[in-house]
Amino acid sequence: MAKQTYWEDVEAGSEVPALEKNPTTQQLVRYAGASGDFYQIHYDKDFALNNNLPGVILHGALKNGFLGQMMTDFAGHEGWLRKLAVQYRGMDQPGSKVVCKGKVVKKYAAGNEHLVDCEIWLENAKGEKTTIGSATVMLPSREGAR
Amino acid sequence: MANKYVTDEVRKQIGMQSEARVVEVERGAIRRFAEAIGDPDPLFNDEAAARKTRFGGMIAPPTFCRSLGAAIPEIKIGMGEFRGLDGGSEWEYFEPIRPGDRISVVSKIADIRESAGRLGAMVFITVETSYTNHYNQLCALQRSTVIRY
Repeated sequence: MAKQTYWEDVEAGSEVPALEKNPTTQQLVRYAGASGDFYQIHYDKDFALNNNLPGVILHGALKNGFLGQMMTDFAGHEGWLRKLAVQYRGMDQPGSKVVCKGKVVKKYAAGNEHLVDCEIWLENAKGEKTTIGSATVMLPSREGAR
Repeated sequence: MANKYVTDEVRKQIGMQSEARVVEVERGAIRRFAEAIGDPDPLFNDEAAARKTRFGGMIAPPTFCRSLGAAIPEIKIGMGEFRGLDGGSEWEYFEPIRPGDRISVVSKIADIRESAGRLGAMVFITVETSYTNHYNQLCALQRSTVIRY
């Protein structure tokens, strides 16, 4: 596990550590089983092709999961992912690398809590943003009160 | 220009709520979900390691809520056959979800809109779903857009 990030360690413009994923069709099957989303476009190639798709595609929710992991890694065990929002802009297929990236856009305190708002996105192998979104993370403060 | 599908009649269904579904959260399901995402964080995978954290045990990754099966209330739009698309979600997380929790899932139609898109008339349904544990604590709130065309 990475070292815990503290609120004092980041500022607007800080990068959220990127997370690379290389989804396979097997991963899509695992995700279908784990999430209960058995829509055939995610694992049945003939079905996907018959639905005018280029092949099986990643569940939007799986991409949401990848971005969620990037943010829970960033929050660390002492922090907490408070908000996560995503919008799907493009399809992603297994067999191709996707990278989750993020950037702190705002850092602020609200009551006892120290928060950071981030812009997040998922890039495909061509560098196109297929999923965009935002996240808010509560980070621990070195001053003790979270 | 008048909407093809989303008439005032259709919009009367805004506010419609689903029956509450109660799902029991299992430790294995959490682990399986983390494995499917490829997330090795011990908090989501290893009870012994998770007990050393401030959470005192394993918790579900935030996006695990997706597997709790929020149902869209049965609304009628008069579209005949349609295709569905996931338009995205906004989530807010308040309390950790733990193995053994019984989560009550309730969905409500928050909005129904129509716009003309590349694929013709597209209907946007906004659904708000709450996830409440058996201590009546709100664990998560989800606001999703379902697109039908």
